[in-house]
Parts: sequence; C-alpha cells; structure tokens
Amino acid sequence: MLDLSLIWAAIIALGVFLYVMLDGFDLGIGLLFPFFPGEQDRDVMMNTVAPVWDGNETWLVLGGAGLFAAFPVVYGAVLSALYLPLTLMLVGLIFRGVAFEIRAKARRTRHLWDLAFIAGSATATFFQGVALGGYIQGIPVSGREFAGGGFDWLSPFSLFTGLGLLATYATLGCGWLLIKTEGELQRRMFALMRPLTGLLLAMIAVVSLWTPLVDPAIAQRWFRLPNLFWFLPVPAAVALCAWRICAAVAQRRERAPYFLALAITALGYAGFLISIWPHMIPPSVTLWQAAAPASSQAFALVGALLILPVILAYTALGYWVFRGKVRAGDAGYH
Amino acid sequence: MEALSAVALARIQFAFTVSFHIIFPALSIGLASFIAVLEGLWLKTGRQVYLDLCRFWSRVFAVAFGMGVVSGVVMSYQFGTNWSAFSNFAGSVTGPLLAYEVLTAFFLEAGFLGIMLFGWDKVGRRAHFGATVMVAVGTLISMFWILSSNSWMQTPTGYAIVDGRVVPTDWFAIVFNPSFPYRLAHMALAAFLCTALLVAGTAAWHLLRRRRDPAIRTSFAMALGMLAVLAPLQALVGDAHGLNTLRYQPAKIAAIEGLWETEAGGTALKLFGIPDMAAETTRYTLSVPHLGSLILTHSWDGEIRGLKDFPPQDRPDARVVFWSFRVMVGLGLLMILLAALALLLQRRRRLYEAGWFHRFCVAMSPAGFVALLAGWITTEAGRQPWVVYGLLRTAEAASPVSRQQVGVSLLIFVVVYLLVFGTGIHYLLKLLRKGPHAGEHSPPGMRETLGTLTTYSGRRPLAGADDRIDSTPAEEAGHA
Ligand code: HDD
Ligand code: HEM
Ligand code: HEM
Repeated sequence: MLDLSLIWAAIIALGVFLYVMLDGFDLGIGLLFPFFPGEQDRDVMMNTVAPVWDGNETWLVLGGAGLFAAFPVVYGAVLSALYLPLTLMLVGLIFRGVAFEIRAKARRTRHLWDLAFIAGSATATFFQGVALGGYIQGIPVSGREFAGGGFDWLSPFSLFTGLGLLATYATLGCGWLLIKTEGELQRRMFALMRPLTGLLLAMIAVVSLWTPLVDPAIAQRWFRLPNLFWFLPVPAAVALCAWRICAAVAQRRERAPYFLALAITALGYAGFLISIWPHMIPPSVTLWQAAAPASSQAFALVGALLILPVILAYTALGYWVFRGKVRAGDAGYH
Repeated sequence: MEALSAVALARIQFAFTVSFHIIFPALSIGLASFIAVLEGLWLKTGRQVYLDLCRFWSRVFAVAFGMGVVSGVVMSYQFGTNWSAFSNFAGSVTGPLLAYEVLTAFFLEAGFLGIMLFGWDKVGRRAHFGATVMVAVGTLISMFWILSSNSWMQTPTGYAIVDGRVVPTDWFAIVFNPSFPYRLAHMALAAFLCTALLVAGTAAWHLLRRRRDPAIRTSFAMALGMLAVLAPLQALVGDAHGLNTLRYQPAKIAAIEGLWETEAGGTALKLFGIPDMAAETTRYTLSVPHLGSLILTHSWDGEIRGLKDFPPQDRPDARVVFWSFRVMVGLGLLMILLAALALLLQRRRRLYEAGWFHRFCVAMSPAGFVALLAGWITTEAGRQPWVVYGLLRTAEAASPVSRQQVGVSLLIFVVVYLLVFGTGIHYLLKLLRKGPHAGEHSPPGMRETLGTLTTYSGRRPLAGADDRIDSTPAEEAGHA
C-alpha cells in the first residue's frame, strides 16, 4: 500500500517551501522599500516582481487547501491555535496585494499606497514568522481539538522568529534585486547585501540555539550521538553559504548572492523539518495520527497530481519569460 | 444587552466575509460567459462592436476576478480558524472538494487568464477565443466544486460515521448529493442574472445620458434578451429547488412559509407576516388560500408540515428566512416584469427611447446581487441549527477560541473589507461610468519575447484594467 499520508505531507512540505522561496523575495521588496524613498527606484523595484508575485502567493493557498484536504485535524487545530497571527498575516497580504495593483493606477494617492505596501509586507512577514515560532513551540491538543489559550503563541521566542523571518525575506529580496537591477540602484543593493546576510546569520544562530531549549524532545533529536554527526553539516553549510555571499558581493557577482541566500533558507527549512518530524502538530500528533481517511486523501491526490505539474510548468515559464534586467521607465508592467 | 458568544461572532464573521466574496465570483462567472459569447460573435460576424464590448467587459471582469480571489482566500482559512470542530468532523469531505475548487481556480490563473487578458496580439484569434472559453468554463467548474461542498452540508449522503467523524464511502454520491443539481442550476442562473442586470443597467445609464452608439445599444439588447430567457427560467428552477427542499429539509420550508400548524386540506400562502418564535405564531398575516400547497406540492390540498412538528431546538429562525425569501422571490418577479416590458417596448420599437424604462433598468442593476444574497441567507439560515444537516450542530462546530479573538478579527475584517473592497467597487463603478467606446484598445499587458516565440503574461488580473483609479485635478475640472 502507498503511504498516502506521507505523500501528502511531502506535497505540503514542498508547497510551503515553494511559497517561502517565491513569495519570500517579493515580500522582501516591500521590506526594503523604506530604504529607497525615490519614486523611480520604487517603480523599478516593484516592476521586478510585478509579473510574478500573484502566482507566488497562490502557493500559500494551495498549501492551506492541501492541508485541509489531507489533514483536516491539523488544519483545525493549528489555525485555531495561531488565530490572531494568521488573521493579521492575511490582512497584511490583502493590503499588500491591493496596494500593488492600485499604486500603479494612482497619482495623487500614490504615497498612501506605498505606505500600505510597506506596512502590508512587514505585517504579513512578521506574523508569518510569529506563527512559525508558535508552531515550533508546540500546540497542545486534547482529543482532536486545540486545547490551549488564545495567546499561547505569544512568547519571546515567537516574536524573535517573526524578526528572523523579516531578516530572511529582506535578504532574499535584496538578492533578487541584485539580479534584476543595474547601475546606481544595484550598487546600493550590493552595499546592503552583506549587512543583511550578517543579520540573517545572527538570527539563524539564535533561533537554532533557542529551538532545542523550547522543546527538550527537539534537543534530544539533534544532540543524541549518531544524529549529531548526520545533522552537523547543516549549520556548517549555512556558514559556508554566508561566507560565499560576502565573497560574491566583493566580486560584484550578480546572481550568486541570491541563490546562496536561498540555499541558507532551504537549510533553515530542512532544520525545521528535522526538528518537527514526524509530527504534524508538535509536540504530540504525528502525521499518521492526523491523517484524513484514505478515501479523502486518494480523491484529492488525483486532482493534485493532475494539476500541480501544469502549474509548476507555467510558473517556470513565467520566470523564464520575465528574465533579465528591469529598467526605470520600462513601460508595460501596469 | 447580552454579549454575543464566540459562535455568534464566528457566524457573523463567516456571513460577512462570504457575502462579500460571493458578489465577485457571481459577476466573474456571468461576465466570463458573456465575454466568450461576444468574442464568438465577433469571430463569426467580424463586427467591431462585439470586439469593443468584449474588451470593455474584459476589463471589468479583470477587477471582479481579482477581488474574488482575494476574498476567497480569507474564506478558506476560516474553516480552520473559526470552525475547527467542523473541519475535524467533516473536513474529510469538504476539504477535498475545496481543494478541487482552489486547484481549478489556480489552473485558470496560471494558464488561460493571462492569454485572455493580455494575449490579444500574442496568439491567434482562435487560440484567444479558446482561452476565453476555457476561463468561462473554469469559473463554472469552480462553482461546481464549492456548491457541491455546500450542498453536501445541506443534504449529506455517501458517508459513514466512524469514530465520531465523517468517512467518505462513495464520492459520486457525495458530489452529486440530492440538493446539488438544483442548487448548481439555480446559482448559475443567478450569476448570469446578476451580470445581465448590471450590463443592462450600465447601458441604460448611458442611454439616459444620450449615448446611442452601437456598443451601448447592442449590450442593452443582449442583456435584456438574456433576462427574458433566464428570469422565468430561474423561477421554474427555484420552484423545483423548493420542492426538493420540502423533501429533505421540511423545517426550512415551514420557516420560509412562517407556518406553525400542519393544516389539513391545503395551506395558504402568506404574502406578509411577522413570525414570532417565542409565541409560536406568525402575526399580521395577509394570505392567499391554498396557494402555498399549490406552489410547494403542486396540488390543491397538499400537506406542508408546520414548525410545531419539529422540536424547538431543531427550528430555524423564521423571522430571518421568511423575509429573505420574500425579498429574493419579489426581486425575481420584478426581473420577469422588467423582461416583459423590454419585449413590449422592443415590439413598439421604443426600447432605446423610453426614459422611464431606462431609469427602471438602472434601479434594477443591483437587484441581482441583492436577490443572490437574500437567497443564500434563506438557504443558510434555514439550515440552522445545523451546519451539516442532521449531523453536526452549528454550536458544536466552532473552534475552541475566545470571544475576544473572534470579535477582534471580525472588527479587523470589517474595517479592511470596507477599505479594500470599497476601493475596488469604487474603481468598478468608475469603469462602468466611462462605458464601452468604439475602438477599445487591449491593455498593454506584458510583452516579452521568448526566443523567436512572442508570448504574453501578466497573470495579475487587476493589471487587465489600466484606467486610473484617482483622477488628476485637470481631469476633475474636465468632469465638472
Ligand atoms: C439572482 C438571484 C436569484 C433569484 C432571482 C431567485 N433566486 Fe432563489 N436563490 C438564489 C438566487 C436567486 C441563490 C443565491 O442562488 C440560492 C441560495 C443557495 C441556492 O441554492 O440558491 C437561492 C435559494 C433558493 C431556495 C432555497 C433552497 C434551499 O435552501 O434548499 C429556494 C426555495 C429558491 N431559491 C426559490 C426561488 C424562487 C421560487 C425564485 C423565483 C423567482 C427565486 N428563487 C429567485
Ligand atoms: C465558503 C465558501 C467559499 C470558499 C471557502 C471559497 C474559496 C475560494 C478561494 C480560496 C478562492 C481563490 C482561489 C484563488 O486564489 O485563485 C475562490 C475563488 C473563487 N470562488 Fe470561491 N469560495 C467560496 C464560495 C464560493 C461560491 C459560493 C462560489 C460560486 C458559486 C465561488 C466561486 C468562486 C470562483 C468562480 C472563484 C475564482 C475567482 C473569481 O471568479 O472571482 N466561491 N474561492
Ligand atoms: C457564497 C454565498 C454564501 C452566502 C452569501 C452564505 C451566507 C451565509 C450566512 C448568512 C451564514 C450564517 C447563517 C446563520 O448564522 O444563520 C452562513 C453560514 C455558513 N455557511 Fe454559508 N453562505 C454562502 C456559501 C457557503 C458555501 C459555499 C459554504 C461551504 C462550502 C458555506 C458554509 C457555511 C458555513 C460552514 C457556515 C457557518 C455555520 C453556520 O452558521 O451555518 N456557505 N453562510
């Protein structure tokens, strides 16, 4: 028998990663906005993601729908536990999306939409990070229901993961802009890339040390002896990537910093998966315990396997079509 | 005053957000088909006016679709945040159905929508038409899945209860549950009616401003033609829907009719009345003898069960559904009247001249949406106190979250929705006020070359409308 639960968990994990990878850099652009007050710079920055951000965001919804279909218990418990941060994240995303579209159609009110874009991006990112921290901390369930309080998610740890995600997305956004811009704007991005990487590294270090402290089971997993040797390359690889970013920036290489920053993000994500495996609701419910009946998982899998490859292909095509630099005054994006 | 409970707040939040949501899909479902028809006519006849209309309404469609997507995302999250007990219990059925809806919508966005909105000079005419038809079909498929989910909650079949939760046993019986065909047909017609009334109202508004160009006249005639066919059909389908409901949810019908006693020898139809739940009676009634039986059982003295047949804890609130139902049916009858007047004027060749009729059309342009919401309120409030009919009570479906949390998030949603969708609707109205013009251009979209192959993109629907949202002072002076 196929392990449908495992297949679904893999699809969802992949979907979430695609989300972080894709929406990460475009949220990051909103986070970098305050550092670039010039209207022309802002136009260019927005235009580098204009054709793709909407497609990027869809992975969040797809991840949610997949979770609802294959693990309804998780969907219910996790979303009720993280009620306020997720609501605020959604509100941030709504504002950002609408600001994105309307800014280009506005003249007198443009500065207001700039503000909405910045605030929306920051709110969405921060509370996504807070939700992540709240999730890692663990969500108490009894029966199949969330059994904690409304503010359990609120802790120094989760606030810190919120800041950590801000640093992550800002770094990714900066790396993306290195690829997509040129001249003076690109020069200022190069100047920003190293401090951002340093900040990201510090954040990752703190979260990695703090995570085992919030949950002894996680500490067990990482620091028990044979495991430690398996997992040690993860932090080592992170350090290597960060070092390569600095070198690449010094050599004015345009592409490497973004992909290295992405690699750091992927390693962080891998660390996160190692920490929670095999739980779907840490610290107590495994993915098999949380699974929907096999008939539900199989029915939904048919649709996912038919449609996901097409969506992936289209996404790739979209990025291919819009490769290359974006310049000030490029017409046609709005 | 008694403070609202968490469940009550969650219900208000759901009702508020879904009512906003449904307006946009209804418009995009109707417009997508309308646009496909226009483009088909253009291909067939080569007349410029069809192309102009096609391009104009595509811009309106782009905005409606964009807002439908944004508001839909909020909907799907609520099943987890506010209704986790429902998700635990019935997510095994509604989860996969919702996943199919989202997958369908994405599939469209990823592929055909870009061609439809931005691909005019990138692909051949036939390929473009093909994409437009796919978008139209796709919106209908989206509707198919979500209504299947909702109908299953009204009339559940094809499941077993194992371990205190639903386990699907027969997906065919689940998807095609007993109330689904009726609801699907009724909703599809409702979406088309909403669109037809909006198109007719827009044209009438311009007719009143003395515009008589072909684009205005053609869209006016087409929309009224649609109305003449669909409005009577909607009444027939609604009638069949009601018969089906009488069979599966008799308490809902009793509440809709404000009927307390099961009467022998035929039941009257109450045209007016104020149901009183505590006193178990309907006051101030104005009724027509036997008409109730005639409509609901198609016989002179058919029996309809009254609310007293059902234990008080199983009764829906008749005060809501009695009136929401009458608003819907009343507007439906007005639509039939409007269509009849249109036919009459057409025969006298005064369709484009009769100012009073144009004013009537303008007044009726939001009627489709009002009837749509009234219909949903009837359906959903009439299902109470159940979320999954007969299986799970609404009160037991909520998440274990506090009143404060639900209340705060409700407040946030109300403010954000009014701001965001208020802006969106303002922009829509601005587009409509400009109206279609001869020689409509296609939006610039995003042009790029892929090797030697020129391609399109721009999957962001709103970019399909390129008009300014706020006017410059100079433009404003021009308006005045
Ligand atoms: C433009 C919109 C519109 C119009 C003109 C009508 N309806 Fe309707 N009605 C709907 C839009 C709608 C709806 C929004 O689509 C509902 C809500 C859910 C559903 O299945 O359809 C609905 C529900 C609904 C129900 C409830 C079914 C249930 O809860 O199980 C009944 C009995 C009718 N309708 C009957 C009618 C009749 C007899 C009409 C005569 C003119 C009519 N409707 C016009
Ligand atoms: C609780 C009810 C509903 C939920 C949870 C829901 C969920 C969603 C979601 C998540 C999307 C966005 C998909 C995307 O991002 O592309 C969406 C869009 C859409 N929904 Fe809904 N929906 C609901 C009710 C309805 C109803 C009743 C209809 C139609 C009868 C409908 C028709 C559509 C359509 C056609 C779209 C595509 C976008 C558009 O045309 O505006 N939805 N919905
Ligand atoms: C889009 C048109 C819809 C409208 C306007 C609408 C309206 C409403 C209203 C007014 C309520 C509150 C009922 C009450 O409190 O008495 C409600 C509740 C609810 N509806 Fe709908 N609904 C729509 C579609 C759907 C769909 C497509 C689904 C499922 C897929 C759905 C699922 C629910 C659920 C779970 C509740 C909460 C529990 C309850 O109060 O019954 N609705 N809706």
